[in-house]
Amino acid sequence: MSELICKDLTLGYENSALIENLNFHVNKGDYLCIVGENGTGKSTLMRTILRLQKPMSGTIEYSDGLKSNEIGYLPQQTLVQRDFPASVKEVVLSGCQAKIGARPFYSKEEKALAKKNMERMGITDLSKRCYRELSGGQQQRVLLARALCATEKMLLLDEPVSGLDPKVTIDMYKLIKQLNDEGISIIMISHDIYSAVKYASHILHIGSDTFFGTVKEYKKTKLGKLYLDEKGGNENA
Amino acid sequence: MLDTLSYYLNFNFVRYAIIVGVLISLCSSLLGVTLVLKRFSFIGDGLSHVAFGAMAIASIINASLGSDSTRTTSQNSMIIVLPITIISAVLLLWTGQNTKIKGDAAIAMISVGALAIGYLLMNIFSTSTNLSGDVCSTLFGSTSILTLRASEVWLCIILSIVVVAAFVYFYNKIFAVTFDESFAKAVGTKANAYNFIIAVIIAVIIVLAMNLVGSLLVTALIIFPALSAMRIFKSFLSVTICAAVFSVVCALLGIFLSIIYGTPVGSTIVAVDMAGFFIFAIAGKIGGKS
Repeated sequence: MSELICKDLTLGYENSALIENLNFHVNKGDYLCIVGENGTGKSTLMRTILRLQKPMSGTIEYSDGLKSNEIGYLPQQTLVQRDFPASVKEVVLSGCQAKIGARPFYSKEEKALAKKNMERMGITDLSKRCYRELSGGQQQRVLLARALCATEKMLLLDEPVSGLDPKVTIDMYKLIKQLNDEGISIIMISHDIYSAVKYASHILHIGSDTFFGTVKEYKKTKLGKLYLDEKGGNENA
Repeated sequence: MLDTLSYYLNFNFVRYAIIVGVLISLCSSLLGVTLVLKRFSFIGDGLSHVAFGAMAIASIINASLGSDSTRTTSQNSMIIVLPITIISAVLLLWTGQNTKIKGDAAIAMISVGALAIGYLLMNIFSTSTNLSGDVCSTLFGSTSILTLRASEVWLCIILSIVVVAAFVYFYNKIFAVTFDESFAKAVGTKANAYNFIIAVIIAVIIVLAMNLVGSLLVTALIIFPALSAMRIFKSFLSVTICAAVFSVVCALLGIFLSIIYGTPVGSTIVAVDMAGFFIFAIAGKIGGKS
């Protein structure tokens, strides 16, 4: 059963389509990497999945017990957050906001959930620290813990390793893989095609050519070969 | 000095001024953090100019209705000024991110536009003999804080309670929406509704605060406490509490100083706020290094 099915999606702004007739689906426990050049509509796709934006045509179905607001989201850092005075605990707890509905305050269970997820991400000792004073990797862990408070089913990650140093990047990928192994479906936007191929189960490549399938299939296609080689060439240079 | 103070404290009007001053400074400090972080520091400025324009319209309507008592004027004008300011606040905060004219430019446009129209209208229609005096007191806060009547004090108390209660009730939502609006929307929080509530609260605060410091200085009441608290404290809750305490203390000090030395109330409070900010900034620098 698929948790998320996108049918004939056309996305874009003000009548100019970025992506046309896109079809893909995410099954429970999948690890999907969305790759493609800048400006091909990766972030637009992500915003559409999160219902922050309406598709120009086509549908997105949430099924297999996944509700549309049960997708945990790890956004890219915004300007506001760079000088926001908030403790780690406050940020993680705000992940429970979907659960409290109209209630004004967080309950004991929600606080316990926040605590559990801080332990899971190994940031319990940081809980009183100020979010803006943490390193990039620590901040990402905080945001992951927040996303986990919102859901146990699916995480959407928008370039989670951008700006991190190589060692922290590897740790981050391992952490995400570990969550995936625990049964959480992952959708990740990435520029890092090698790690995408290494960790993901499925690839969605968007751009002038579109591909959706498993990593194995992707490696065999012309597109995949070209993209992998080209990237490799760039990195060696 | 203390004698002078205790002498003045015997008067009802001084007590009223202190009650109103404390309440207004408390309310205005609460949303400061949110506005500073949303890059909306100047919304206070913009809105207060709108309120100034609305006030001009209100006084013209009052004049044409023939009510020449200044007291009824100020109460009638509340009925006109408050809704106009709330509507402007909603328009500014709600559309700020998506429209073609971006937040800061929109605020600047509305702000100077309302100021110009307000002054223009006052000039054309005003029956007052002391026009520049009227304008000056609307801009910089008048002595009217010292001539409040019991009914106005009650109005201020009720509005303040509503503002504080709304802030406490929506505290967690305001935090979520300010910290990360995209995430909040993604998990189903009605971010637009809360932005709307923030806008309404801010408009009420500004109309209240205009009495105290005048429309040019309202922004100071909103941003100085938040900025000062952010120098030292690290969590949203502690910053909010510190800002509230900071604001109330500065307002009290300012009112006392202005009573003792006969200085204008509004600008004295803002001067105390500035002094407080520098003390906090230095303390933050020293504390940050150790």
